[in-house]
Amino acid sequence: MILRLLKDKCTGCQQCLDACPFNAIDWKERFPEINENCRFCRKCIQVCPEGALVLEETEKKIDTSGYRGIWFFAEQRQGKLSSVSRELLQVCLQMRETLKEEVAGVLLGYQVKKLADQLLAHGCEKVYLVDRPELENFLEEPYALVLAELIRRYRPNIVVAAATMMGRAFFPSVAARIGTGLTADCTQLHIDPESKLLVQTRPTFGGNLMAQIICRYHRPQMATLRPKMVEEARSVQQPKGQVITETVSTQLPSVVKLLAQKRAENLVDLQEAEVIISGGRGLGDGKNFDLIRELATLVGAAVGASRAAVDSGWIPYPHQVGQTGRTVKPKIYLACGISGAIQHLAGMRTSDFIIAINKDPDAPIFKVAHLGLVGDLFQIIPFLIRKIKENKS
Amino acid sequence: MNIIVCIKQVPETTEVKIDPVTKRIVREGVKGIINPYDSYALEEAIRLKERFGGQTTVISMGPPQAESALREALAMGIDRAILLSDRLFAGSDTLATSYILASAIRKLVPFEIIICGRETLDGSTGQVGPEIAFHLGIPYATFVSGINQVADGQLECVRLMEDHYETLALPLPSLITVVKEINEPRLPSLRGLLRAKKAEIPVWGASNISGKIEFFGQEGSPTRVVECWHPEIKAEGKVVKGEPEQLAQILYETLKEKGLV
Ligand SMILES: Cc1cc2nc3c(=O)[nH]c(=O)nc-3n(C[C@H](O)[C@H](O)[C@H](O)COP(=O)(O)OP(=O)(O)OC[C@H]3O[C@@H](n4cnc5c(N)ncnc54)[C@H](O)[C@@H]3O)c2cc1C
Ligand SMILES: Nc1ncnc2c1ncn2[C@@H]1O[C@H](COP(=O)(O)O)[C@@H](O)[C@H]1O
Repeated sequence: MILRLLKDKCTGCQQCLDACPFNAIDWKERFPEINENCRFCRKCIQVCPEGALVLEETEKKIDTSGYRGIWFFAEQRQGKLSSVSRELLQVCLQMRETLKEEVAGVLLGYQVKKLADQLLAHGCEKVYLVDRPELENFLEEPYALVLAELIRRYRPNIVVAAATMMGRAFFPSVAARIGTGLTADCTQLHIDPESKLLVQTRPTFGGNLMAQIICRYHRPQMATLRPKMVEEARSVQQPKGQVITETVSTQLPSVVKLLAQKRAENLVDLQEAEVIISGGRGLGDGKNFDLIRELATLVGAAVGASRAAVDSGWIPYPHQVGQTGRTVKPKIYLACGISGAIQHLAGMRTSDFIIAINKDPDAPIFKVAHLGLVGDLFQIIPFLIRKIKENKS
Repeated sequence: MNIIVCIKQVPETTEVKIDPVTKRIVREGVKGIINPYDSYALEEAIRLKERFGGQTTVISMGPPQAESALREALAMGIDRAILLSDRLFAGSDTLATSYILASAIRKLVPFEIIICGRETLDGSTGQVGPEIAFHLGIPYATFVSGINQVADGQLECVRLMEDHYETLALPLPSLITVVKEINEPRLPSLRGLLRAKKAEIPVWGASNISGKIEFFGQEGSPTRVVECWHPEIKAEGKVVKGEPEQLAQILYETLKEKGLV
């Protein structure tokens, strides 16, 4: 693929220069020059009033007609279906309306047949079940091997998984085995009504740039979907689907061994939390996280933190929200004494409702907050706690 | 023990600035830095070498200016650096990027451990590490937060999942992707800076590595970015000042409205 400039048409208006999101156009001797940063996103082509930029594609089309079906990877942990699995099912059912292809879940684990029935009860049309002791605990290699084998066997059109740690750990290996593309951490998935292609929308650059990605010439089209982007699929009156127990020829001796699992104290899944209360540098000291924890316990929230608080050693890293920590999307995010540096915002700005307490009225956190309270957290939170307790008793 | 680290140069800020007067995207002065997670990868490689000896190599695929990121890695104490740069590599998605990196790594055998960052600041897919492992046919583990020991051809490490830690044993050679908790990266020493300044950094193009050209760059990339835009920051929120008790009352009522109390 080559992006070519027709010099006789270019008037040097520089509109392409302004339109390029990737810094991929240099200005050389009155003409634009495309550099290595080019992502072939076509923005420059769209704005050029003269039609001076053209994309020459040399790709040969492959026959994609043999690929049918909308699949999702049903995530389970410790024999429990994750709620995100029902979200994936919901997204697949939505795509089915445009694509009119069968929706199937793939369930891997040991003694998890009853979870397959739960999927059917929520409107899933088919569940491919591989039930083996080697799949009891998640490990990248055996999970990727089995899913890749099923994909080769049935040739689905679309396969999606959750952008949880599990999904993001093993899905790249599945895509690479098949030799197809994979779009990471999407916030939206839909079928283009005309081309019938899967349009995959995802945030990049810490949420500052949204991109739409497609996979035109390879099958299946694969993506991971961020949790909590859609409602969970509802249960149906009369489940009609069927469970198909699959055998895989592949031997599943994982060369990677799981030696131990340790549930860390106070460690909750921030991605699953409906409410998160986070503390930052404004807490002034590690022991002041007790105040945050007390409030969190009262309202049933998980505890998060800014990088500053983690780097000061006040709270362990798994609680960090932001660019080098977790990306979260709770219904309510309460930021206490957090300035709202761009790196922190990257991890929480898509939360449904953001509340910020900060004594600095110019703190950037207020730019994204739905409710901002300018004041001292050491006064506000104790008042709040007292109020909640009064009303409870 | 030979260790290879893959690093990517990313823009220092993910904030896309718009000039208020000309309404143009401000390009000047956006510095390239080592992707933050990759600093932990570099640090861990140096620590492993300090414990077990061997050689550390850093590679990066990118435009010519990515060389400065490699020099920073040398200044930290990495032994040698190689830049993979070629017009044929441009437009690579993660499948093509990992294929190119793996094709270069094949030229660097033998190695015991490859270390990648968990994900990048810009593309942030976190897919390159696992895909390199596939191309090389070696095992891998993601989100590693600590290395317990390396002995008898095995690497024992701890990784962080959503709500628990796992201890894993991987046979060598293998690949890990690391998270911030694993270490605190050192600053370059004066000697390191001097050495890095003088170091020769070879540039490898498509003809220097194994692998088929049709799997490089945009040609070898199944995914296409077809549309991009800047999301609007919603600013419909209200900011209130007042006495702490008043503010606590507002907060209480909001939480009540949301069904929390
Ligand atoms: C807006 C946008 C969206 C994109 N979305 C996707 C997508 O959904 N799917 C897709 O396949 N591609 C996507 N890409 C392309 C992707 O960003 C590039 O392929 C890039 O080369 C590597 O991906 P990454 O930045 O996500 O790296 P990650 O996979 O997040 O990087 C993980 C680790 O791999 C190593 N690494 C990554 N890149 C390099 C490198 N160039 N040299 C050396 N080591 C490296 C580093 O150790 C790094 O910490 C997108 C690009 C853009 C601009
Ligand atoms: N007692 C306090 N109450 C509310 N906000 C505070 C208090 N002390 C400091 N802050 C804010 O805490 C922020 C520190 O944030 P960070 O560095 O992101 O963790 C700054 O914006 C301060 O204004």
